[in-house]
Amino acid sequence: MERADGSAYLEFGDNKVLAAVYGPREFHIRRFLKPNMAVLRCRYNMAPFSVEDRKRPGPDRRSLEISKLTSEALSPAVFLEKFPRSSIDVFIEVLQAEGGTRCAGITAASVALADAGIPMRDMVVACAAGKSNGQVVMDLSEWEDKEGEADVPVAIMPRTGEITLLQMDGQLTKDEFEQALDLAKEGCMKISEEQKKAIKNRYGGD
Amino acid sequence: MQPVVPEITRTSVTNLINKGERTDGRALDQYREISLETGVIKKAEGSARVKIGNTQIMIGIKPQIGEPFPDTPNVGVFMTNSELLPMAAPNFEPGPPDERSVELSRVTDRGIREGKIIDLENMVLIPGKKVWMIFIDMHVVDYDGNLMDAAALGAMAALMDTKIPTATVQDDEVVIDYENMQPLPLKDKTVMCTMAKIGKELVSDPSLEEESIMGARISIGIRSDGTICSMQKGGERPFEKEEILKAIDMAQEKTKELFKYLPES
Repeated sequence: MERADGSAYLEFGDNKVLAAVYGPREFHIRRFLKPNMAVLRCRYNMAPFSVEDRKRPGPDRRSLEISKLTSEALSPAVFLEKFPRSSIDVFIEVLQAEGGTRCAGITAASVALADAGIPMRDMVVACAAGKSNGQVVMDLSEWEDKEGEADVPVAIMPRTGEITLLQMDGQLTKDEFEQALDLAKEGCMKISEEQKKAIKNRYGGD
Repeated sequence: MQPVVPEITRTSVTNLINKGERTDGRALDQYREISLETGVIKKAEGSARVKIGNTQIMIGIKPQIGEPFPDTPNVGVFMTNSELLPMAAPNFEPGPPDERSVELSRVTDRGIREGKIIDLENMVLIPGKKVWMIFIDMHVVDYDGNLMDAAALGAMAALMDTKIPTATVQDDEVVIDYENMQPLPLKDKTVMCTMAKIGKELVSDPSLEEESIMGARISIGIRSDGTICSMQKGGERPFEKEEILKAIDMAQEKTKELFKYLPES
């Protein structure tokens, strides 16, 4: 994208997600400004045409929650303390949705952050696992998410394996949860390779 | 401007916790004093006031007859909403719900929904047309940390306190009998346990001071049989896998205590 400081486009199965980054730039809203570090703000938005039944435009409760979680998932990787009193704004636009859009959004957003040249410890990557038909599986589709027993979206920093996003809904025992967490991390590592490829394709080098 | 926590507070609280102590003298896995009353609002069909330390939430339940969602015509509906009242803390502002309030409602909702707590199949009057809708409204009155656990405990208590009128169907019309109230059909119970990561340790029931310096928190919803039904990480630092597994063990242990505050059935 032309105007944004950094951007990325991700197709993940039938998901199509666009992410753009502005900043670090001056933060105008005094109330949320942090005098000792930057604030990473995030807006996750779904296009009305991205889903089967038209989604009413504008933020709903789901996208507000995902925005907050995305910002918390990306923040640990960014050297926010380098940019006091400023904001880094991440915009995620879901153009087509087919299950797992929050993970796709996070994955695309960290590539966009790297593209914007923002100093980071690592490139956050996200993938979900869940339980469907009694089996713990990786990356639920839209149908598996609706009909399945549980969904566990996870984001990690691949260099250390530390977890920056973790949610779960549905019912799992502790063992099943651990299995799902491992599977999601495995998925993350695979997707991480694609992220690196995207950056190398753009800028070259190893 | 967002308040900056003085470095000296951060260091002293963290050092204390690394030694296994907390500023208010609690053990790392100890809750503050909990009090729970139900039936506190006469006009609401179910209600509760929950206090964990100085955190206080009022919860009211209102049933209503309405149309089911088109994709689930044969189940009842429930909605969870929360308001962070401006009276509860100096940094809560009036206006539409912000991210914190939306997260609180959605996490509480998820625990009840995914735990399959309410018997929604039993709340259908005319399939596809008329079902019971249950509104869970949570008012945060005083904020001193750990809203998640207070909200989940209070909402569960309020649901157990709820009596809805008997409704029957005569000639495709719903007739409501307010004289005969009956308990809301419930299938199970759930509560939530939140742990904050401070220094190298996980502490249960973080206070406001602890929340202001924590790296991250994890909230885990547990059903009465010990299965996990919801989970949410918050905060701007990461977790390691071992910490999460430890948090699950702590939650399964601690929720046993929390369940004792709820009535037997």
